[in-house]
Amino acid sequence: MPKLYAKGSKKMNNLQPKKETINFILNYSKALHIMKTRNMLVEVHQN
Amino acid sequence: MNTITSDAILVKAYISGDEKALEILVLRHKSRVHNFIYSKVLDGDLAEDIFQDTFIKVIRTLKKGTYNEEGKFLPWLMRIAHNLIIDHFRKSNRMPKFESKDKEFDIFSMLKDSGLNAEKQLIVDQISSDVRKLVDELPDDQREVVFMRLFKDMSFKEIAENTNVSINTALGRMRYAIINLRRLVVEHKIVLTE
Repeated sequence: MPKLYAKGSKKMNNLQPKKETINFILNYSKALHIMKTRNMLVEVHQN
Repeated sequence: MNTITSDAILVKAYISGDEKALEILVLRHKSRVHNFIYSKVLDGDLAEDIFQDTFIKVIRTLKKGTYNEEGKFLPWLMRIAHNLIIDHFRKSNRMPKFESKDKEFDIFSMLKDSGLNAEKQLIVDQISSDVRKLVDELPDDQREVVFMRLFKDMSFKEIAENTNVSINTALGRMRYAIINLRRLVVEHKIVLTE
């Protein structure tokens, strides 16, 4: 039984998010700008 | 900036405009966050979506300057992921599920009900018309994705293939479209309820 648990957790640790997802997040960050107006924050996306 | 730079310093650098700091934070914590999400949802694609949403929320909070320095970054990050997982399960239990194999499926047909009286039908038609007008105001690439997804009921894989972009780009365009639609609803003071 301990072996089974060890095997399962090892497999779980190998999971990684896709490279495209990481790139999307980083590009989203670069494209996002926050403009502060008098009453509110406005999100501006530069595609 | 090396790998031993603390999260707090990286967060400050990112808030000051250093995009590289975010990259280090994402790469540093990606496995832990992704594994945590996957361990709860047990679905690779869903884990990927929630992982993406987690960091998008982080980015928006940091850029808006509403991040509370009192908490440590990683626990905060994990809490966001945890809350998004909870949101997902709440929605999946509450939202009605439907499947359609009909290529001509129209999302707005869901609004129709044979029991509606003439007045209600007018309101439904008005809502449908308003939504279509809002969609028309979107940039071309976003409108295209919304049209294919909601009006043609195409999967994101099909949309990506038809528009020669990656699935993530299609998903991103849909996300921007929804954000813009919400903004337009507020700007035009449109009430989309019966």
